[in-house]
Amino acid sequence: MANKKSLIIIIVLFLVAAIFFIMSQPKDGKKIASDETTKVGFVYLTTPGDHGWTYAHDLGKQMVEKHFGDKVKVSIVENVAEGPDATRVIRELAVQGNDIIFTTSFGYMDPTLKVANEFPDIKFEHMTGYKRTKNLATGNIRFYEGRYVQGVVAGMMTKSNKIGYIGAYPISEVIMGINAFAQGLRSVNSDAKISVIWANTWYDPVKEADAAKVHIAEGADILAQHTDSPAMLQIAEKNGALGFGQSTDMEAFAQNAQLFASINNWGPYYIKKIEQLRNGTWNTGDGPDHWPGNTWGGLSTNMLVLSEFKNMPDDVANKASEALEGVKNGSIKIFAGPLKKNTGEEVIPSGKELDDGALWGMNYYLEGVIGNVPN
Amino acid sequence: MENLLITILLTSIPILLAGTGELISEKSGILNLGVEGMMLTGAVSALGSVLILGNPYAGIFFGALAGILISFIFSFFTISLMTNQVATGLGLTIFATGLTGLIGEPFVGKTIPSLPKIEIIFFSEIPFLGAIFFKQDILFYIAISMIVLVHFFLIKSRFGIVLRAVGDNHESAHSIGYPVKKIRWICTAFGGMCAGMGGAYIPLVLTPHWSEGMTAGKGWIALALVVFASWLPFRLLLGALIFGGITILQFVGQARGWPFPSQFLNMLPYLVTIIALSLISIKTRAGNIYVPSCLGKSFFENN
Amino acid sequence: MFIFTPRQIENNNWVIISPLISVIFTIIIGAFIFKILNYPVLESLYQVFVSPFSRPDRIADIFVKACPLIIIGIGLIFCFRANIWNIGAEGQFIFGTLCAGSFALLFPDNENKFILVLMFFVGFLGGAIWGSIPAILKIKLNVNEILVSLMLVYIAMLFIDYIVRGPLRDPMSFGFPLSKPYPDGAIISKIHFPGIGFLGQLHYGILSIFVLAPLAWFLINRTLPGFQIKVFGSAPKASNFAGFNKNKITFVVLALSGGMAGIAGVIEVSANMGKLQPEVSFGYGFTAIIVAFLGRLNPYGVIFAGVIIATAKLGADNAQMILGIPKVVTGIFEGVLLFFLLAGETIQNYKISFKRKT
Repeated sequence: MANKKSLIIIIVLFLVAAIFFIMSQPKDGKKIASDETTKVGFVYLTTPGDHGWTYAHDLGKQMVEKHFGDKVKVSIVENVAEGPDATRVIRELAVQGNDIIFTTSFGYMDPTLKVANEFPDIKFEHMTGYKRTKNLATGNIRFYEGRYVQGVVAGMMTKSNKIGYIGAYPISEVIMGINAFAQGLRSVNSDAKISVIWANTWYDPVKEADAAKVHIAEGADILAQHTDSPAMLQIAEKNGALGFGQSTDMEAFAQNAQLFASINNWGPYYIKKIEQLRNGTWNTGDGPDHWPGNTWGGLSTNMLVLSEFKNMPDDVANKASEALEGVKNGSIKIFAGPLKKNTGEEVIPSGKELDDGALWGMNYYLEGVIGNVPN
Repeated sequence: MENLLITILLTSIPILLAGTGELISEKSGILNLGVEGMMLTGAVSALGSVLILGNPYAGIFFGALAGILISFIFSFFTISLMTNQVATGLGLTIFATGLTGLIGEPFVGKTIPSLPKIEIIFFSEIPFLGAIFFKQDILFYIAISMIVLVHFFLIKSRFGIVLRAVGDNHESAHSIGYPVKKIRWICTAFGGMCAGMGGAYIPLVLTPHWSEGMTAGKGWIALALVVFASWLPFRLLLGALIFGGITILQFVGQARGWPFPSQFLNMLPYLVTIIALSLISIKTRAGNIYVPSCLGKSFFENN
Repeated sequence: MFIFTPRQIENNNWVIISPLISVIFTIIIGAFIFKILNYPVLESLYQVFVSPFSRPDRIADIFVKACPLIIIGIGLIFCFRANIWNIGAEGQFIFGTLCAGSFALLFPDNENKFILVLMFFVGFLGGAIWGSIPAILKIKLNVNEILVSLMLVYIAMLFIDYIVRGPLRDPMSFGFPLSKPYPDGAIISKIHFPGIGFLGQLHYGILSIFVLAPLAWFLINRTLPGFQIKVFGSAPKASNFAGFNKNKITFVVLALSGGMAGIAGVIEVSANMGKLQPEVSFGYGFTAIIVAFLGRLNPYGVIFAGVIIATAKLGADNAQMILGIPKVVTGIFEGVLLFFLLAGETIQNYKISFKRKT
């Protein structure tokens, strides 16, 4: 039975190889966490390789590690699907004795809440959700504030008066960004119009690139995005258009095309909350308790920062800085009346301002945007 | 208009290249469902080699080489060990998705120079068409000329006839004395090379960075294209353009504010694929003379 | 040169041995990979393959993870035995879930668990409809079912996305894409063990495996249609000769596997999420293909296969938490495992001997 013999030989060879590996295994010097060490867990939706959303969270994590050094021990789990896996992973992080767990995508809302109820002694921080409890806080960023400044720059830089905007999904968060962009745009240029393409994905570089090319082919010379990959900026770079980076500084991908990027600066928030935990003052935030994120910080709290203004003349950069300062110190109110929908219908009259709740209910475009919100 | 057409053309190139390779391998009787995986391998190798060597042309070479190498895994199992081609192809895609994710990790966050555009003198001067067809990159020209070459290779050359014989009836081809397995190895390797180059096109021209699974289903579309084309090279070109056209058209529709939910516009490429496959099948139902009869069947060499 | 000679008699032991050897070989390849990536090999292997068994709640979670894989896998057995390549179970899962979920949301105040029975029915039907599209196209027009079923996955994904962001969106969700919660009656509850409490996310839906697997086994081995499917797949000429209805078999296996995927979806969502969201399946339909193969197209085998694959997935999470190993390695494991299994099939069907070239 020659075949059996050869089979046995192969198996034996493999087993020998296995033993070789076991013998050559390095001794792993595990550090035993002391009482002083705060154990921190992070749950990521994708990998930091997305260059966008998760990468921004990972930069935050790196700031935490740098700030606290040996005083924290960080565990991360990437690519956690927003279903039963999330519940299991979050619970596993809790069981492994993490003192605080950051879950960094909207879809982790119910799983985080579930586990938070089971582990009352552990603190949970859910990014961008709206459900919370005494040991579960939520954080969110006023992404739209940066988009107002983008609108100002776009309005001054555009020659064709056509702005191409790539949105991920038609949800309030993205729509309020488009509307804020439109407000900024119209503050300096009443002729320019925004046209929107929905990619129906947060992350698909080829698709985003295709959408960007179509915008350019349709005459847009300024591109903005609410999707995660740097593909749009790369296309802008190649075609001599200009655009804005998303979530992180994407200058490396487009030296000549990125005007600036709105950077999600989670680090300081994470550091603050871990610091609070360590000195016993952790709380679920002081914001109103019913909107997504009871900490909803923007430019003024440095949760959103803008990268250096580049590839634009000084007067535009100055105007952008003015707008940035204005939003920061509150002298510019982005959604102050009179506001009109692009259908002409009035949203609010002069002298009034949309409150946060109204922002989370946005399902219409303001003046300056072409088309209708898909519904 | 001109820009839109160029965009459509460039979007079609990866599926066109991959489809060309798959067409040859299917003509020899090998159904390789690992196209998606081979494209990913080509993409990550192309990007990695350009990062290391700094020359975008190196990307074409290493993308193609990686495609060939990974196709050997498939050939070893399906041709030498006679395993089920469908399952092995699926396995190859799953394997390659994981492998490329691992290999690509250090490349994350880096960008590479794109393939330069080459103007073909005289032709590029032709109004309208010149800018579309004769001011592109080298892979574009390779992809287009590959179609012509494959067409004549299959129809005119002696090797083409042998190849078709192997795909149509491997037993009689074997009894005449053709080396069935060797020919299939070569054709699968050609398929791997083309898929590798198709994958390489994505980071080299379309989006010059690496991200996990960045081919996003293009390999599967390439497979559908081959069926759509009824194994005819020129129809493959047509199919690739139609598919590219629809992919781009749905964005144009959105940008111009067409009143359809974007999800339905996004569905179009897939719906059209199904409809096209059905239409082509109606036409050829009486018996498609171009279908390789031994497609997907393992060849057992009886000594 | 290696010479392959077909075996006359099926080697029955090999059916059980070959998956085991494949798993062992995959673990060894895994060791190589960990070594190359410079992770502690034993610790890594422990985390990936053993740690999921180290606590009762972890074991329970293996079954939770395996449940949809097993149920879809059982459905796929029928297809693969008939040599029909349904690789779109993911889409059938989604469409079945969407149908059942929409149905449940029609009765927002229902507390009667009977609605679950109806949801199973609707979910099965939804999945079966989605699965029968490639079947009908194949029967009527001879369209390749592999490509159609796959294209339908993308369409189903976009369709549920549209529904959850549009018509079924919860007005209280601040524009985020979630449906309203299911009524209480439509929720599959977690199993409460007296004295212990809940174990992980273990829910009553798991029990369905122990109904469906024997049922499938019975259908395959003890009924005429099961026999027909087997003959149709392994010997189409004989099947044709015997007068088996080719079209009927094609339709039934695709609709049945689609329906099973739909049921898997109903259980998964009713037990774990309790509402519709844009993503309800996370590649289950694709992973189940490997599960069906690893289980050697046998319903009981599929249970073991599902558990093994789920273990590796859970283990990969643990390995990343403890050691920081990237999770893409599980994809490599799955591919390698499938390769070994297929090679094992060759060894099962052929005697391989070595002969020097003359």
